[in-house]
Amino acid sequence: MEFFKIRRDIPFMENALIFNVISFLTFAAAVFFLFHRGLHLSVEFTGGTVMEVAYTQPADVERLRNTVSGLGFADVQVQNFGTSRDVMIRLPAQKGVSSAQQSEKVLAALKAQDPSVTLRRTEFVGPQVGEELATDGLKALAMVVAGIMIYLAFRFEWKFAVAAIIANLHDVVIILGFFAFFQWEFSLAVLAAVLAVLGYSVNESVVIFDRIRENFRRYRKMTTIQIIDNAITSTISRTIITHGATQMMVLSMLLFGGATLHYFALALTIGILFGIYSSVFVAAAIAMWLGVKREDLTKSTARKDEDPNDPNAGATV
Amino acid sequence: MNRYPVWKYAIILVALLVGAIYTLPNFFGEAPAVQVSSGKATVKVDAGTQARVEQALAAAGIKPELVALDGASIKVRVDSTDTQLKAKDAIQKALVPDPNDPPYVVALNLLSGSPKWLSALRAAPMYLGLDLRGGVHFMLQVDMQAALSKKAESLAGDLRSMLREKNIRHGGINRNGQSIEMRFRDTQTLEATKAVLADQFADLQEVDAPDGSEYKLTATIKPEAARRIQDQALKQNMVTLHNRINELGVAEPVIQQQGLDRIVVQLPGVQDTAKAKDILGRTATLEVRMVDESSDARAAEMGAGPVPFGTEKFLERGGQPVVVKKQVILTGDNLTDAQPGFDNQTQEAAVHLTLDAKGARIFKDITRENVGKRMAIVLFEKGKGEVVTAPVIRSEIGGGRVQISGRMSTSEANDTALLLRAGSLAAPMEIIEELTIGPTLGADNITKGFHSVAWGFAAICAFMAVYYMLFGLFSGVALAVNLLLLVAVLSMLQATLTLPGMAAMALALGMAIDSNVLINERVREELRNGSSPQAAINAGYDRAWGTIFDSNITTLIAGLALLAFGSGPVRGFAVVHCIGILTSMFSAVFFSRGLVNLWYGRKKKLKTVSIGTVWRPDADHAITKAE
Repeated sequence: MEFFKIRRDIPFMENALIFNVISFLTFAAAVFFLFHRGLHLSVEFTGGTVMEVAYTQPADVERLRNTVSGLGFADVQVQNFGTSRDVMIRLPAQKGVSSAQQSEKVLAALKAQDPSVTLRRTEFVGPQVGEELATDGLKALAMVVAGIMIYLAFRFEWKFAVAAIIANLHDVVIILGFFAFFQWEFSLAVLAAVLAVLGYSVNESVVIFDRIRENFRRYRKMTTIQIIDNAITSTISRTIITHGATQMMVLSMLLFGGATLHYFALALTIGILFGIYSSVFVAAAIAMWLGVKREDLTKSTARKDEDPNDPNAGATV
Repeated sequence: MNRYPVWKYAIILVALLVGAIYTLPNFFGEAPAVQVSSGKATVKVDAGTQARVEQALAAAGIKPELVALDGASIKVRVDSTDTQLKAKDAIQKALVPDPNDPPYVVALNLLSGSPKWLSALRAAPMYLGLDLRGGVHFMLQVDMQAALSKKAESLAGDLRSMLREKNIRHGGINRNGQSIEMRFRDTQTLEATKAVLADQFADLQEVDAPDGSEYKLTATIKPEAARRIQDQALKQNMVTLHNRINELGVAEPVIQQQGLDRIVVQLPGVQDTAKAKDILGRTATLEVRMVDESSDARAAEMGAGPVPFGTEKFLERGGQPVVVKKQVILTGDNLTDAQPGFDNQTQEAAVHLTLDAKGARIFKDITRENVGKRMAIVLFEKGKGEVVTAPVIRSEIGGGRVQISGRMSTSEANDTALLLRAGSLAAPMEIIEELTIGPTLGADNITKGFHSVAWGFAAICAFMAVYYMLFGLFSGVALAVNLLLLVAVLSMLQATLTLPGMAAMALALGMAIDSNVLINERVREELRNGSSPQAAINAGYDRAWGTIFDSNITTLIAGLALLAFGSGPVRGFAVVHCIGILTSMFSAVFFSRGLVNLWYGRKKKLKTVSIGTVWRPDADHAITKAE
């Protein structure tokens, strides 16, 4: 089987400007929603109590909501979770009241209303833990960005490092934008997914950059634009098949993973879709505009080949 | 060109064998078991206990599959849950005569069901996280400021009585937060106090300043002493928690220090959070009372008469009854420290107690008035009292330093010191994170995680086989090997498998196939450009390697950052993610090439390669290279 029967190199770079305008607009929209609506942070970050209760029959969420808010909690959320029999209740952290008291009070009230209710899960996080998680998350993000940039600058050239990181942050911001726009719950698992996407999407850029570097060495007469077009065209089949395979896995998580993995898989799905797009149109185009030249790459590797300690010396890439 | 030397195949075979052995325990699952552990700090579980357990089981006609002493507990594996309950009852009956005062905790547990030879190789299944097996998780924050304030308060009291003893007149000693402020009228007393501080209070550092016509001396706890106090407070709280959790009969509780001031408690299988919280928050108390030595009380001790009015009968550790007065002389609140040691004169094992100022004063008075009589130290745990020791008072004891000695072995002294220290919390704690996962939710999560991995894996393998034919099949096998090695490494590390961990496993497989796609596409490309099949395979693998290396390293960087800064579910995710990248580099490049070499390597005149359609732009129709 062969899906990609491409005769000539596709002129990706001719249209790069249009695509970059589009990606800039989506990026701007994501930033706008992030600031305008903000992320719907899970209890892990904000602190508070989450209870998951199960009924034997479909639950009357409206009545539950009244019962819980009748207990004097401000800003309570009650919603169905997975099935109509499972209900998730969120209580914000209260000063002076311990979580234990909160959850027991609510469960007692629910039991009084319908004795068949069973507690499936409670989760309580103090505000200080949430704050730490948020700063740890930001630290992890900064570490990933710095680490990847240093590695790419070392293996390729700083222009590629800048281009790759812009493209990948673009993906991350767009995922966050989706979460802000739809007010999906942003939990620790989603944070893990976002950071995984950062690693994953840089993968894409690296594969294309590798090809660009190889082409610069192989085809001495081509212009930079032709080289980039050729690199993207010859890797496009791999790009799409790989993404397809990963997406199959993620789809399987989305279908079978249940509610816990739902947003995790959703974040990955968005990351995968924008990962293709950004590595093709954003990363390569920015590298082009930063003025990547043949000399940048041939020179740096010539020096590297002389390094006797380089484990990759002599490897033809 | 495409042949592996024998040693490379040897590496592959060894890796597969090791992978298979360490993955295997996960398939045997877990068998029902009964665990016997110590119910009190003074009761030890040893070979003698194991013999008693074996006898009890033999008497009840139960044939256990395995009885083993494992650290501080005995584990008995049986064949079914029915036998498990019977075995538990039999052991309970034999070892715990009085259910209100259990010397041993007998709990239901699950043990790896793998055969002996696997266990001998230290192959064990992955440990399932709470989200997969159900249970409760608490994170407790220890209030270190309170621990320091408490210490400062007791030091202030000690200082007060010390100055009185030395006849140094001061203008008042006050504790202000964690510092102690003293006022003096003249430099003479100030200097005298400084000398006392330097001599007797090594933990304090002082600053003096003239305050109007008076002199003010501010003493604070030295930073290194503060660190030591905090460390001790945390350790003591953990020991106390351990003692309390024992009562719940939890099979494998996790009590871990996290950071400088936090304790994580995980109780797998526990559903009754209210009870768990109640027990975690319960305080054990220590009391010092006088032994009633009247003839009536003696008779009551022998069991020959009623317990006299105003007294209570407790059991001593040796099992002897002791009748003590109800009046409490001192409580554990006045005890600041207990350490095991030796008597200076007799070299007997002893426990050294340190009392705070108030305690020291009371103790001094009581010992002066009651030389020759017995004094009992009673520990109340779970609402029941037990006499830890009841020594005879030999002489007046002042200064707040008390030594308990006599009829004690070194290990008993250790245990007593531990008990005395562990009786109460060193510093208050509060629950800052709590998680309860129901058992059905845990089981649900396992199935969900398993299905996600299984269906995704099947879909990818099917697609690869259709799209790349034989090469796709090789990729599928390589992916299976990747999964095998990943599970084996996780089992070897005894990593805790969580739902995010399973998600990472699925994602790792999805991303691992990238390497094979890169290789297969490269091989096709070489064929398209007219290379011979053997050269195409060689060039395909070689050229893809650089790309695979670069892209995996960047992904690994992301994974390591997650590992460094993540906590909880993010960490669980990151561990699997990082290991998955490493195993995928082995399986997708090294192992799959091994397969291809085995299949094609010896064919000198290879005409076609089964890698699906290789489409050439210069021909009008597709040339199928597939067989």
